[in-house]
Amino acid sequence: MNKIWAIAKRELGTYFSSPVAYVFIVIFLLLANFFTFMVSKFFERGSADLLTFFVWHPWIYLFLVPAVGMRLWSEELRLGTMELLFTMPVTPWQAILGKFLASWLFLLLTLALTFPLVLTVLYLGHPDIGQIICGYGGSFLLAGAFLAITCMTSALTRNQVISFIVSVVVCLFLILCGWPPVTDTVVNWAPAWFVDTLAGIGVMAHYDGLQRGVIDSRDLVFFLSLIVFFLFTTSVILRSHRA
Amino acid sequence: MITVEKLTKHFGPKIAVDDLSFAVEKGEVLGFLGPNGAGKSTSMRMITGYLTPSAGKITVCGFDVADNPLQSRNRIGYLPENAPMYSDMSVLGFLGFCAELRGLYGTTKNQAIGRVVDLCFLENVLHQSVDTLSKGYRHRTCLAQSLIHDPEVLILDEPTDGLDPNQKHEVRSLIRRMGKEKAIIFSTHILEEVEAACTRALIIDQGKIVANGTPEELKRRAPLAGSIIVGFQGPPWQTVETELGKLPSLQKSELISQTDFRVIARLQPKGDLLPEIVALAQRERWRIESLTVDEGRLDDVFRLITMPDTKRTSAA
Repeated sequence: MNKIWAIAKRELGTYFSSPVAYVFIVIFLLLANFFTFMVSKFFERGSADLLTFFVWHPWIYLFLVPAVGMRLWSEELRLGTMELLFTMPVTPWQAILGKFLASWLFLLLTLALTFPLVLTVLYLGHPDIGQIICGYGGSFLLAGAFLAITCMTSALTRNQVISFIVSVVVCLFLILCGWPPVTDTVVNWAPAWFVDTLAGIGVMAHYDGLQRGVIDSRDLVFFLSLIVFFLFTTSVILRSHRA
Repeated sequence: MITVEKLTKHFGPKIAVDDLSFAVEKGEVLGFLGPNGAGKSTSMRMITGYLTPSAGKITVCGFDVADNPLQSRNRIGYLPENAPMYSDMSVLGFLGFCAELRGLYGTTKNQAIGRVVDLCFLENVLHQSVDTLSKGYRHRTCLAQSLIHDPEVLILDEPTDGLDPNQKHEVRSLIRRMGKEKAIIFSTHILEEVEAACTRALIIDQGKIVANGTPEELKRRAPLAGSIIVGFQGPPWQTVETELGKLPSLQKSELISQTDFRVIARLQPKGDLLPEIVALAQRERWRIESLTVDEGRLDDVFRLITMPDTKRTSAA
């Protein structure tokens, strides 16, 4: 546990020792507020909830989460520090978790900085607090799932740009694959189980429930298993570098 | 402390390390020599547990590297090739991070950092970013990292690469000093380093051990080792050559240089030649100006063993 924390602390230090963290936080807040107020017309809707806020998160995360996570392993590969890290008395899982948790914590901090919006709805009306908390939880889980994907893609290559692009593509796939236009293209020729699976691994259906304040254990299990699966894949890829 | 048995590593069809076996005891400094791509770094990466061997067994302080990776790594300090470091950290931050991964916290951590900072002369750069360090300081910072937990075993991949002569000297004497208490393996291209710091040297080529012995033993394998270089004042070379030819222990004599009053020659002995030369010089009243016995040069041995062409010509 101490070692996981040591690794996480170093990663967090990396974010804040360069402008990356601040640029990221500012861009996230600008985008989130722009979409909420200008595109979704938060005030005109006259409804005391944050649906107009959470609905945009998958699209903001699509680009920003890969940007946060793209260097996690590719930088280690590029600098050769992976050799240093994996000859320390540290298990691969401690290293993977340390890095993942650091970035996830950073995303949590960014998310927490949207609190003025919560204060705004509280001031304007009587929102369902449970629904807002649940929405934040869903958003956090979604960010974690995308982050786990980025962990995997960054373990693949020493090039951060490739890691970023591959990650965006995989995340986009997970966003779109439950969407009717996508399922319609395969429904005519693919077997039913394939169409169901495709629709099932789409993140949007699971995310929708959570942002409306419905806690379904299946949604939680879905996000957590995505995270575990992609972190596991990361460990397999990292092991293959050392084979 | 370190035993390596039948270690083999394939990268696809290429064999990087081929059936390597050796052992290093406490108090030994093993120099790892070999041309580029001979498998030095690959072997070291397997001993430290970074790469998984294709076959073979490695134990460090009694712990199998494959079965007890954490136990064995706890006992190893490793300086990887090119001294990789996290570029955005300060020297102090980097050493602190490494100490924590080694399980050192609080005052023990600070003591450990203080010790290696003194040992590697890092006081002046403690708060400098690793990115802005000169090559010498980079190497020393990474070396400090490998010493932070005072390991029983040290694996150093080209520890003096890129250092200036003074720093090289310091690192070498550091290695020699620590070698009394630890088992050390270090690789290098610089042969004088082996003579300066090693108790034993291992030359590997194409993944195989081609020579193993103390630096002195290896040097004796040089083609010119044991030959006598003698300088006489007085007689011309022809006279010297005929007189030398009469000596029973001389195998071959060869002129190196000749000036008006001086002759320098290399003499290959086949027995105890030295007293015969001295006696000859006294009898003929030649003044011996210089007299040295060639110890052999490690460079020559290295080239002889690792260059396929010289191997063939010397065998012929």
